[in-house]
Amino acid sequence: MGPVTETLLLVLVVVTALAFDFTNGFHDTGNAMATSIATRALKPKVAVLLSAVLNMAGAFLSLAVAATIAKGLVDAGAISLEVVFAGLVGGIVWNLLTWLLGLPSSSSHALVGGVIGSVLAAAGTAGVLWSGVLSKVLLPALLAPVIAIGVASVGTFLVARLTRGVSQDVTSRGFRWGQVGSASLVSLAHGTNDAQKSMGIILLALITAGAVPADSSVPFWVIISCAFFMALGTYLGGWRIIRTLGKGLVEIDSRQGMAAETSSAAVILLSSHFGFSLSTTHVATGSILGSGVGMPGAKVRWGVAGRMLAAWGLTLPAAGIVGAVCYWIQHVIGGFFGTFLVFALLVGTSIAIWVASRRKPVDHSNVNEEWDEAKGARLRTSVATTGEVGEPQVGPVVEERLASAMTPVISATTPGGPGTSGKGEQ
Amino acid sequence: MNGLIEWSALGQVVVAGLLIGAGIPALFALGLRLVAGTSETPEAPERSSGTPRETKGPVVIARPSPARLVGALLCFGTVVGAVGAGLVFLAAGGHS
Repeated sequence: MGPVTETLLLVLVVVTALAFDFTNGFHDTGNAMATSIATRALKPKVAVLLSAVLNMAGAFLSLAVAATIAKGLVDAGAISLEVVFAGLVGGIVWNLLTWLLGLPSSSSHALVGGVIGSVLAAAGTAGVLWSGVLSKVLLPALLAPVIAIGVASVGTFLVARLTRGVSQDVTSRGFRWGQVGSASLVSLAHGTNDAQKSMGIILLALITAGAVPADSSVPFWVIISCAFFMALGTYLGGWRIIRTLGKGLVEIDSRQGMAAETSSAAVILLSSHFGFSLSTTHVATGSILGSGVGMPGAKVRWGVAGRMLAAWGLTLPAAGIVGAVCYWIQHVIGGFFGTFLVFALLVGTSIAIWVASRRKPVDHSNVNEEWDEAKGARLRTSVATTGEVGEPQVGPVVEERLASAMTPVISATTPGGPGTSGKGEQ
Repeated sequence: MNGLIEWSALGQVVVAGLLIGAGIPALFALGLRLVAGTSETPEAPERSSGTPRETKGPVVIARPSPARLVGALLCFGTVVGAVGAGLVFLAAGGHS
């Protein structure tokens, strides 16, 4: 590969990493702000603005050595620019798909899944450290929601007991302040943790391409751009996910919201302190569920929680498949053109998903509408128009095609005279 | 590392998480209770779902006794202190 194409490849990787950073902010706004929006502690636009500013600040807050991507999960020797690129594409596609379905899922798991998939395609099963994947990714993903549900339900129960008999005006005012404070802490922690991941990827790409020396610290433009794109994503807000977290799981009041966000902040910070890192998304979702479990008389929609859990289970394999397919396309076509083709596919897929999302838009104006379980479920089938990169949407597509193919058959076999008039209407 | 799960780290997270993650909201609630006092109808519905009846303007509460006020300040002070500790922790780069 010549130096020119090498540079172009590097530019593509950096752009894709920033795009992932954007989807990361976009996808995770709800973790911090969904409850504050649902209880109207903050106006939706104000909430996402606050979260964006804090994410941006968080990215600058600590410049400890940026996290190395997928450390201890894949063989470091198997990592190349192409592998990182394919992994990023896998992460982005899965983030966008789950956003379309309004399902919160861990952005870092999506990235890890994408990278594992592309490493599998590049180096075979020997390139993946399976015990690391199990102990650092899969088991924490199972434990995080359990811990968070426990902590948040105990907190909510105590709060409900202690505020019994206190006038509701006082509690809702007071707890809104508490909510905003705790949600801000979650936003800040997210900015510090997750912007570092993108910085780490870009630094790795720069080092691999020889653009900066191997012992270089993160260049300032990388910090600025990662912070900016994450904040931009946060500000635009994954309203679909905010809606699911704030309205779909539990009907939440400000006491529950405060207990949930405090539990999220505490578990996230403590888990990284004790070296047992848990995904922000899993902890935040578990905390919100827990606030429903702990509140006497509150209703938890376990069906929504189940769908979410299924999405978490699918995150690694689905992002992995996309990552593997992308690497394979790059490899078969070869050179810069292969990478460029995958990039074009990514852009096409993203646009298709965005177009699909416009069929049933969710934004700041309708994010707090009453949750209708039937309507929420129907959002699942609207994934018909994505490109060929994503595997997981095959199910719904087939289902929908079957449905439309079945309809004329059914109407044709329906006995009765005026059956022909029915055909005429179609 | 022995085994797939670092049990000691997990245990620490659970215990400290329960203490802080559940304790802070409880302290906050206790502080509010001390400041605002309980109304005459303690058997008020635990959760009036649907219509959050709210008055506009400042919420008027009776002035709490000095002892209650001190207790409430201690509660809120602890909460603010915990948030401050969280900020220091983040800024110190103690995260992973």
